[in-house]
Amino acid sequence: MNTYLSDSKAYAAVCSARFRTLLQYRAAAFAGFGTQLFWALIYIMIFEAFYRSSPATQPMTYPEVVTYIWLCQAFLVILPFNADPDIRAMVRSGNVVYELLRPANLYFFWYSRAIAQRTAPGVFRALPILIIALVFFEMDLPPDFLAAGAWFISMIFAVLISAALTNLLNISLLWTLSGEGISVLLAASAGLLSGLTIPLVFFPDWSQAFIAFLPYRYVMDIPFRFYLGHLSADQIWNHLPFQIGHLVALIAAGRLILNRGIRRLVAQGG
Amino acid sequence: MTNALRLYVHYIGQSVRSQMQYRASFLMLSLGTFFQTGIDFLAVAALFARFEHIHGWALPEVAFLYGLINIAFAFADAASRGFDLFGIMVRSGDFDRLLLRPRSTALQLAGQELTLRRVGRLLQGSIVFLWACHTLDIAWSAPKVCLALFAIFGGACLFVGLLVMQATLAFWTTESLELMNTMTYGGVQTAQYPMTIYRAYFRKFFTYVVPLACVNYLPALAVLERSDPLGFPVVLRWIAPIICIVFLVVALQVWKIGVRHYRSTGS
Repeated sequence: MNTYLSDSKAYAAVCSARFRTLLQYRAAAFAGFGTQLFWALIYIMIFEAFYRSSPATQPMTYPEVVTYIWLCQAFLVILPFNADPDIRAMVRSGNVVYELLRPANLYFFWYSRAIAQRTAPGVFRALPILIIALVFFEMDLPPDFLAAGAWFISMIFAVLISAALTNLLNISLLWTLSGEGISVLLAASAGLLSGLTIPLVFFPDWSQAFIAFLPYRYVMDIPFRFYLGHLSADQIWNHLPFQIGHLVALIAAGRLILNRGIRRLVAQGG
Repeated sequence: MTNALRLYVHYIGQSVRSQMQYRASFLMLSLGTFFQTGIDFLAVAALFARFEHIHGWALPEVAFLYGLINIAFAFADAASRGFDLFGIMVRSGDFDRLLLRPRSTALQLAGQELTLRRVGRLLQGSIVFLWACHTLDIAWSAPKVCLALFAIFGGACLFVGLLVMQATLAFWTTESLELMNTMTYGGVQTAQYPMTIYRAYFRKFFTYVVPLACVNYLPALAVLERSDPLGFPVVLRWIAPIICIVFLVVALQVWKIGVRHYRSTGS
C-alpha cells in the first residue's frame, strides 16, 4: 500500500506530461470545434422537427434536449471511443516490452495517460462551444447551484470511468491486433449507450434496465441530466455508489486482464 | 481510356488480393462496420417509436432515404481510400513518385485501394433499403428502378467528388482537414431525413452548394410518389442525379489545378 502512495506522484506526473503534450494539437481542436458545431446543429434541427411533428409527451422537453446535445458535443472527447494511439504503435512494433521494465504499475501508468487523453483535447473545444451555444443557440445554464454541483461531481466520475474504459481498450490490444473490428464496435456502442447518438431516455422502456446496468451512461447521460435538473441534485446520493462501484470494478477487471495479457506476451527479438 | 480502365482493374485486383491475405481481420472489420452503422439505425428507430413521424414521413420512408444514401456512400468510401491517404503522401513526399509515372495522378490514387471492409456499410444500408421497399409496397416500374440506381450512382459520384476536393485542399494545407468530414459523414446524416425538416440556410447549402438533395430527397419523391412542399419542378426529380456527376467532373478539374500547384515538401 505504501508504494502506491509514493507512486501516486509519479502517476500524476505522467498524467500532466501527457496532458501538456496533447494540448499542443490546437489545429485539431479548432477543426473539432467547427465539426462539433455542425453536428450539434444537425441533431438540434432533427429533434426540432420531431417535436413539431408530434404532440405526444416526451421523456425530455425540447429545450432540455437542445442543452443536452450541446453538452454532448462540447464534451465529446470524454467518450471512450479509441485506444491510446501510442500504445497501439508500441504493441505493433513490440516496443511494449519496454513498458514492462518501468518501476511502476503498468495499469496505473496507462490509466494516467488515459485520463489525459480523455480531458486535454477537450480544453480548447469545450469552452468555445459552450460559450457560443449559451450566447447564440438557446443552450441553458443549470437551473441552480445544487444542479451544477451534482453535475460537477458526476463529471469527475465521468472522466475516471471513461479512462478505465479507455484502458480496457488499450489492454485489449495485447490480445489481438486484428481485433480492430471489436474496437470499431466498442466505439459505436460507446456513442449509443452513453447518450451521444440520442439522449438515453428516448430508448424504448424495455431497454432502459439494460442501459442502466452498463457503465457508459455515467460518461455522458447521468452527468448531463444532473446539469439539466432532469435528475434532481439529491439523486446524486443514489448514483454515487454506482459510479464508485463501476469505477472499482472496471479497474479491477482491467488489472486482471492486463496481468493475463503480460503473462502470454512473447517478446520477439530484433 | 481503355488502357486506363485496364490499369485501374489491375490496381484493384492487387488491392483485393492483398486484403484477402488477412481474411480474419477483413471479416472482423466488416462485421464491426456492419454493426456500427446498424447501431445508428437503432437510434433512428427509437426516435420514431416515440414520435411516430417527422414532417409526415414515417419510419419506412425515412429508411428508404437512409438506405439510399448509405449504399451510395459505401461505394464512394470504398473507392476513394487513396484520396484519404493523400495528405499523408504529401507530407512524406511519396506523392512525387506518382508524378513520375506516365498516368494521371487521380487514376493512380483511386487505384491505391478498394477498401473491402466497407461492405459492412453496404450490407447494412441494403438491408434497411430492402426492408423499406418491402414495407412501403412501392409500385416498382422500370423507370423507377433505373432512377434508384441512377440516384445511387449519382450519390457515389457526389461523395467521391467531396473526397477528391478534401484531398485537393491538402495541396495547400499539406494536411487533410477534419472539418471536411462534416460534408461526407455529415452529409450522410443529413440525407437520412427529408430536406423539409431543415432550416432554409442549411437546406440550401445541401441543395445548391453540395447537391445532396439531388441524389436523395428528389429521386425519393419520384419513387415514393410524394408531394413536395419545397416546390421543386417535377422533372428535376428524375434528372437531378446528373448534377452530382457534373460535381465529380468539376472536382477532378480542381484536382488538376491542385497538381499543377504542387510543390514537394522535400522530406
